[in-house]
Amino acid sequence: MASEAPTTTEYIKHHLQNLTFGQDPTDGAWVLAHSAAEAKAMGFWAIHLDTMFWSILLGALFLWGFRKAAQRASAQTPNGFLNFVEWIVEFVDDNVRGSFSHKNDLVAPLALTLFVWVLLMNTMDLVPVDWIPQIAHLMGIEYMKVVPTTDPNATFGMALGVFVLTLFYSIKVKGLGGFAAELTMQPFQASHPILKILFVPANFFLEFVSLVSKPVSLSLRLFGNLFAGEMIFILIALLFSGGAVLAVAGGVLQWAWAVFHILIVLLQAFIFMTLTIVYLEMAHSHH
Amino acid sequence: MNINLTLIGQSIAFVIFVWFCMKFVWPPIISALNERKTKIADGLAAAEEGQREKARAQEHVAQVTTEAKEQAQEIIRRAERREVEMIEEAKGNARAEGERILVAARSEIEKEANLARESLRGQLATLAVAGASRILAREVDSSAHAQMLDDLTAEL
Repeated sequence: MASEAPTTTEYIKHHLQNLTFGQDPTDGAWVLAHSAAEAKAMGFWAIHLDTMFWSILLGALFLWGFRKAAQRASAQTPNGFLNFVEWIVEFVDDNVRGSFSHKNDLVAPLALTLFVWVLLMNTMDLVPVDWIPQIAHLMGIEYMKVVPTTDPNATFGMALGVFVLTLFYSIKVKGLGGFAAELTMQPFQASHPILKILFVPANFFLEFVSLVSKPVSLSLRLFGNLFAGEMIFILIALLFSGGAVLAVAGGVLQWAWAVFHILIVLLQAFIFMTLTIVYLEMAHSHH
Repeated sequence: MNINLTLIGQSIAFVIFVWFCMKFVWPPIISALNERKTKIADGLAAAEEGQREKARAQEHVAQVTTEAKEQAQEIIRRAERREVEMIEEAKGNARAEGERILVAARSEIEKEANLARESLRGQLATLAVAGASRILAREVDSSAHAQMLDDLTAEL
């Protein structure tokens, strides 16, 4: 935060700005962006250091914790953290068994990774919005967005991974021809060969849209929910600067919204995992 | 909120995390869980088997007890029968022995009586002869009347 007393708009904008490291279009040097406009001008060749840092930190935290638990895992009586880990693994395993009917060793670990990782990233939303940015500010870091899932890059990145896997397994299971047929021979079907060919463009258009809409909706759903939640936290945080009465009201609201937000945090992580399983199931099954 | 290199970075991070999870996290946990599941299932099966075994043992115990009771009853019945038999036998023996003793006593008594009679008869004859000889001191010759006296003795 540059100025002493930012306006409301500045405050909100500041909170929505990622710490961007990229190539300055004017002189081609790799620098940190000092404003939203500068970050935008960097175009594609820029990276959100805060998103990368928090997501990798949380992902590493997840894998470190679960790896430790995995090393202690045995058929003996579990206790403590191992119990918790086993509970989550069992939960994910049940979900995978429930919606995925094929043999694939990747799906369950993929679902577990997505669920816990997204859950941890979403949970960062419950940390009061000014804490970490303020600490970063004291350390001289200008921008700090701590919830990676409010950055579409993060959600699109995961959805892209899922999308590639969907394509891979579609082609692997059904063959290139089978997959192409799936894209062009339905939903409009005909037994006459000429009609069949006539239906191909319409079918392909519909199927292609539905294929592409899967990763887009998967990532936008998560991003939208978390972004909106974050936005409301920011707006509530604005109340703290509006006098004693508003500050108390803000405290109550923040608490209430945080409680409600726990539901969204969990639910969105669960939905992301479940839809990933469902998409992979669809990739494996013949129509 | 721009789409940029972060997208690629996130995808790479995602791939690495999933790979790590698939390699080092998921298999040990799920195999431990499955192993425990099998162990618990085995334990439950063993417990059930134990229950069945117990039920069988109880049945066996009940059967053996019933048999033992029946045998005891049989032994008691036999003993009672034997008791009655023994009493009856003893009674029969006693009766026979008593009768035998009675018969022996009777014949002894008869024998004694006969002896006494014989001796009395003899003595009476002697007495009669003595009395008669006193009366007939002079008139009767014992040798002459011996025939008559013998007849008399036989008549007594």
